[in-house]
This record gives sequence, structure tokens and C-alpha cells, in this order.
Amino acid sequence: MSKPLQPVIVGAGPAGIRAAERVVRAGLRPIVLDEGQRAGGQIYRRPLIEDGRSYRSRYGSEAGKAQRLHQAFEALLPDIDYRPETLVWNISAPERGNQLDILSSGVHRQIGFSQLILCTGATDRVLPFPGWTTPGVYTLGASQTALKAQGCTIGDRVVFMGSGPLLYLVAWQYMKAGARVEAVLDTAPVTSKRYLLSLAAHAPRIVALGLFYGLQLQLAGVKIRYGVRPEAVLGTSQVEGLRYRRRTLTGEAVESIACDALAYGFALRPETQLADLAGCRFRFDARDRVWLPERDALGRTSRSDVYVAGDGSGIAGADAAEISGELAAAALLEDTGRALADAAGLVAAREAILRQRDILEQAFPFPDDWFETVPDETTLCRCEEITIAEGRRAIASGSITEINRLKALSRVGMGRCQGRMCSAAATELLSGACATSAGEVGRLRAQAPVKPIPLGFGGRVEAEVRS
Amino acid sequence: MSRRISVDVAIIGGGLVGSSAALAMRKAGLSVVLLDKGYCGAQASGVNYGGVRRQGRSPEQLPLSQRAHRLWPQLKAMIGIDAEYVRSGHLKLARTEKDFAKLEAYAEAVRDYGLGLELVAGSALADRFPWLSAKAVGASLCPDDGHANPRLVAPAFARAAERAGVTVLEQTPVREVTATGNGFAILAGDGIEIRCRQLVNSAGAWSDRFAAQFGEAVPLTRIYPSMVVTEPLPLRLPVSMGEQGGSFYGRQVARGNYVMGGGRGLPLTNADYSRPSVTAASSVMQRAIALFPHLADAQVIRFWSGTEAEMPDGNPVIGPSETTSGLFHAFGFCGAGFQTAPAVGEVLSELVTDGRTTTPIQAFSIGRFRKVAVETAASL
Repeated sequence: MSKPLQPVIVGAGPAGIRAAERVVRAGLRPIVLDEGQRAGGQIYRRPLIEDGRSYRSRYGSEAGKAQRLHQAFEALLPDIDYRPETLVWNISAPERGNQLDILSSGVHRQIGFSQLILCTGATDRVLPFPGWTTPGVYTLGASQTALKAQGCTIGDRVVFMGSGPLLYLVAWQYMKAGARVEAVLDTAPVTSKRYLLSLAAHAPRIVALGLFYGLQLQLAGVKIRYGVRPEAVLGTSQVEGLRYRRRTLTGEAVESIACDALAYGFALRPETQLADLAGCRFRFDARDRVWLPERDALGRTSRSDVYVAGDGSGIAGADAAEISGELAAAALLEDTGRALADAAGLVAAREAILRQRDILEQAFPFPDDWFETVPDETTLCRCEEITIAEGRRAIASGSITEINRLKALSRVGMGRCQGRMCSAAATELLSGACATSAGEVGRLRAQAPVKPIPLGFGGRVEAEVRS
Repeated sequence: MSRRISVDVAIIGGGLVGSSAALAMRKAGLSVVLLDKGYCGAQASGVNYGGVRRQGRSPEQLPLSQRAHRLWPQLKAMIGIDAEYVRSGHLKLARTEKDFAKLEAYAEAVRDYGLGLELVAGSALADRFPWLSAKAVGASLCPDDGHANPRLVAPAFARAAERAGVTVLEQTPVREVTATGNGFAILAGDGIEIRCRQLVNSAGAWSDRFAAQFGEAVPLTRIYPSMVVTEPLPLRLPVSMGEQGGSFYGRQVARGNYVMGGGRGLPLTNADYSRPSVTAASSVMQRAIALFPHLADAQVIRFWSGTEAEMPDGNPVIGPSETTSGLFHAFGFCGAGFQTAPAVGEVLSELVTDGRTTTPIQAFSIGRFRKVAVETAASL
């Protein structure tokens, strides 16, 4: 008799939960490893302590989805092996068996898997600008997490800057939570918003919601500006304001705005280190300017026993993540001899969302002129305290054309985050200096541990033996 | 693309040995091309621990090691950077009386080489090294040994060589090399033809292929370090540490990170690549806490491994080929070539220009494996 299947799902956001649900429906009992304290992922992150706030006030227009997903997960609990607060920090090389290194409550375990579904999600894409490491500057995602999980705002008078649909949503959520939103500074030119017209035909709800957020913000007196480029955070030990340039009809204006906190973000970057360590083949995605694990429509990777779903397999948002989780599970079930229930409808639904994302990307374009103008003294890699100037100098003096070489010679990406935060910026800086595309400079090779682990775990190892 | 290059010397392998040889030969007035299949210093020279250590080497390596010892402080003048080289001292611990006896015997055996070893035992250990929490019976300190940053040294040698006029060709694998009678013909990269009078094989873990081509099969095996790096921490460990007979070594770099290693990484199916071993790494982590309890709550931010070459007798191969005139070998440094490499570069330059060197290298002759190779061939 063959060994029983032991599917492992990494991540308990929208993708991981829907994947688990489908696997359970087929009669299997998956292990679900969740770095969070409670399932829901980033987008539907739950409070650590119930504070009496309603779904409506916490998740706004997405309350229904959040509630349905959380309920689906609660219903699953008896049928899955759920492990919250569990970091997967390594995957064995393919030729050395299917093994994960995990860390939970300070104890290290190795667990085996027959199949693996990676639903590792995404983090904010960070671009540096002068003063971005000043206390009081947050990423958009972090500012939203503070609201959802801790029930607090990052400041009383907040400015939101950047690009991406999250920009207006979070600003609106902050306004609803009682913070004074001083301004929304959109780095996209106002002309790029014309793409929202074509999006309206495909996704009227998204556009209507966006217009609704924008309108409500404006009615509340929030300043909205387009074509913005930050010049400097004002204040040294704490944010006191932001100075920025913006394109106007007549040229360019330099303006300042006072605030006590700044949230900024430029869309998301996927977490792909585990897929890399698993030995999955990668391809460059020009739209997201990032290397992604190769996947088919269902989420199969180049490895027959590893599947990817959700934003970790390509940024597509929460709705697409739910679908892709279900699809990856369906593929797993089919590949292990179970019937593939009709997936065509789900594939089509996911593809429709991907097409909408393409339009959204045009409405919120990446500011690709960023690294022509970012000043030398700006911090590029905050873990290793490397400036833009040091990055530029290393590139020039070492004739560097490859990102791992830049890491070796400059220490960019060699610190605590292992490039998870700074590699987007380093890639843009390097490809800009080489006058080539971001895809041409390669990608940082993942190294275990994918996130820091305590040195002391070595003394607390528990072997996990399973049949 | 096709390109023809004619030089005095071609060097295969842009690690620390090849790069420092290129610089030394250029300074001696030779025209040189330096070839690397990847990036200079990206293999063993870049992935090693960074120990600039004489202590613990076999006596036959010490003249070479002493020559290197005189070169390391001159890095800034030679290559433009000091590569974070510090003479921190190298402290080798003995956990047992038996191990301490070995340290004593070693100190006696190398007395004439000028390492200045200091043996410390018993309670004097805690007096002298109060930061050391380990239960050790004794230790041997080599005060002028130290460490440097391996990521930086070889690339800087290669750049310095380039500035001095060496043609450095990275991402240029050697596809074919043949002896022409009065030199060598090399096909490399994307249609590059090189003619040279003399050839240096310093291709690290890939050197055995070139040696075998010239009828000099060697019993080279690949080894893979297994390294652990912590987040930056307050400076506290003033020396580079080792253990007699143990498998732990560690140092704290200027940035504050503890760089530690021990045991071996795991080769992948393609033996050019490897992964750190979680088993080896966790054993290093346990040992680190035994030595430095204050590290228990520190965070490990990175493991690494790489590919190095080892010879069965623990010594490298350095010297002229015994089959082919004009060919020189320098490889197989057994995970301990970082410190000696700048001297090996000078030795190679002397061999190429004068046919001899002032540093004794007889023990490293490739001929010492001839008998082994013949026996192996006979038994097949």
C-alpha cells in the first residue's frame, strides 16, 4: 500500500484557507502552517484580542468576504492540523526529500510532506526616498495591519502616498477610524486614471468603490494630488511632514504638508523564497517587475509535488487568491488520482481578475523614473545601512550587472530581511544603472532561513515522526 | 562573436589564487588574461569563513603561510581596500586534557616558524579571556593571526589586476585547452581564442578536469562549508575562534555579525552546487551558545555554503606540471587556502618568470599523486 498523503499548506490567508477546504472535502487532512496568530492572512487579518468592533467597521466594503472566509476556516478546524505562529524557514533541496524546517514557540521541527501548496502571500513593495526610515513612516500594508489587528492608527494626522488600489482604501479606512487624513498623494499622473474607464466595463464594483472612497475623502476635505514624487520627510526623530514635487499643468510645483505619520506603498511584492528553496523554476513577470515561480493555470509549478497559489504566485488580490487556492488544491487532488471537479469556471474567473489587474496596473503605474532622481544619501538597504550612493558606487566600480553580485560586493540584501524588503529597490537601481530591464539583472537567490530564527533553537529540536 | 587574444600567460580560474597571480605577473611585466566561468572570487574564495590563520597548519605549509602573513597588511596598497583585515588573534580551544596536549605538541613542532603561539591553561584562561564562558582546559593563541572579508578580497584583486592591465574575462568558461608545443591554445566563452606561452590552472574545485587533460589525474574531492551568520550584535568577541579537533569556528565581524561554521554542507545532484546542512548548522548554533550564552536570544539571519576542493593529504597542489612544459597548477586548498592565497599568487608569478620560487613548495608537487593515480588505474 502506498504511503498516505500528507499535504502541507503554507499560509492561512484567502488562498491557504480555500485550498485547505478543498483538500478536506476530498477526505484528506492537511497540515496548515500559519505564520500569523489567527488565520485570515494580511488582507483579512483578525484582531489579536476582540475589541468589540464589527466586521463592517473593521473591513469596510470587504466585511462580507472577510466574515465568510473566517467562518469557513472555523468550520475546517476539526478536519485540519492547524498550526498558528509557525514559521516555515527552510525547505530541503528536492533531491534530499520533502522536508520543511519549521519553528513554533521556539521549538524547531522537521516535517515531511507528500505535496505542498505554497500560499505565502505578499508584502509591500518598498521604494526608498529621503527620510523613509524616520520614525512615523509606515508602509501602507503595515498601516492597515495596525488598524485591523491592533485597532490603532499610526498617527492622528496621516498622509498617504504611493500607488495602487490600496492607497485610497486605506486612507478611507483611516478616515472612518477617526484619524485625520491630511492628503492622499498619488504618484501616478491624473491622466493614468483614464484606464479606470475601461476597467469600469469589466469590474464596475471595483471602480465604483474606488470612486466612492475618493469622493468621500474629498468631501471630508482630504487633499488629493497626482503626479507626486517625494522630496523629503520633514522631521528627524519623528515625522513632522513631507515635502514633495508634483507635476502640474504649467510645470512642476514643490509643496509641503504637515503630518505626524506617513503611510506609503507601491503595490505589493510576492513572497517567493520558499518556492525558490523548493527548487521551483522561475520566470520574470514584466508587469510586476519581479521573478515568479512558473505556474500553470491551476498553480502547478515545475515540481510535480509543489503548488503555488495566492499573491505569492503573482499579485492578483484577495478574490483571485481564494480562487487560486481552490485551484491548486484541485490540481493536487487530480495529480494524486482523484477526479478534478470542474475547474474551468474557476480558471475563467481568475483570468478575468488578472485582466482587471492589468488595467489597474495602468491606472496605478510603477514610478519607473524613481531611481534616476533618488538622491545619493538616501538609505537603500536599512538592515545593512547601505545608501543609494554606496549602491551606485559598487555597481560602477565593480562593473556589476547581476543582483547577487551586487549583494556580495555591497551587502545590499545581506541583512535581517535578506533582501525581502530592499531587493525591489536594488533591482531597479541596478537595472537603471545598466540601462536594461529589471528582468535582465537576475534575482536574489533565496537562502535559509527565509526569516530570522533564534540561535538558541539549536538546543530545542524535536523530531516529528509521522507515518 | 569572435576574438583573438595573444598573451604571455593565461590563468584559468579567477579566485583569490588566480587573481593575485594575475596581479603579480602583470607587475612582473607579463601580459596576462584571467578567465573565470562565473565571477571572480564567487566560489571557494568568496564563500569561505575568512580566517587569516597560520595556527594549526602543517609545518610544510608554514613558509608559504608566513610569506602570506607579510602580504596581508599590505592589501590596501596592493588592491585598494583592506578587505576588513584585522589581526585579531586566533584562539584555538581545547575541551579536554588530551586536546590541550595536542596544542602543546603543535606549538613545539612549529616553534621555529615564528608564529609566537601562547599556551594558556587552567584558571589563567578565564583571567586572560573573561568573555569566554566555555568550559575549556586550555587554549593556544596566535596573536597575529586574524580574519578578513572573503566576499571582498578576490574581486578586489581581480579589479586591481584589471587596472594594472590584465585582461579579465568573467562569465567566460574555458571550453577547450590544448598544448601546442610552444604554448597553449584555448577556446573560451563565446568564440574567444587565446594563445599563450604559459598556463596556470587555478580553477579550484574544477581544476582536476584540466589537470586530467594533461595526464595528471588527481584525487580531488569536493567539500562544502556550512556557515551560519547572526544579526549584527554589540562587539564582544575580540578574536577569531577555533577548536582543537572540534568542528566549530567563529568570529565577529566589524559590522557586529557573528560568522560561524562547522561541519559540511550538502552537495546537490549537480555537484557544482550545494546547500548548507541544517544538522551541521544547528550543531554549530548549539556550540555557539555553549561558548557564548549571551547569543541564545540572538537571531540567525543567513546560512551559506559553497564549493571547495580537498586533497587526501590535506595539502594543496602548487607547482609546475610534470607532464607539460609551461603549465602550472595551484588548487586543492582543502578549505584553508584563503590566508595563503596572496602568497601563492606571488609564487606562481616567480615560477612563470624564473622557473623557480624562493618559497619551499616541494610538499605540494602534483607528482605526489602519480603513484596513486597509477595504482588506481591498475586496479580498475
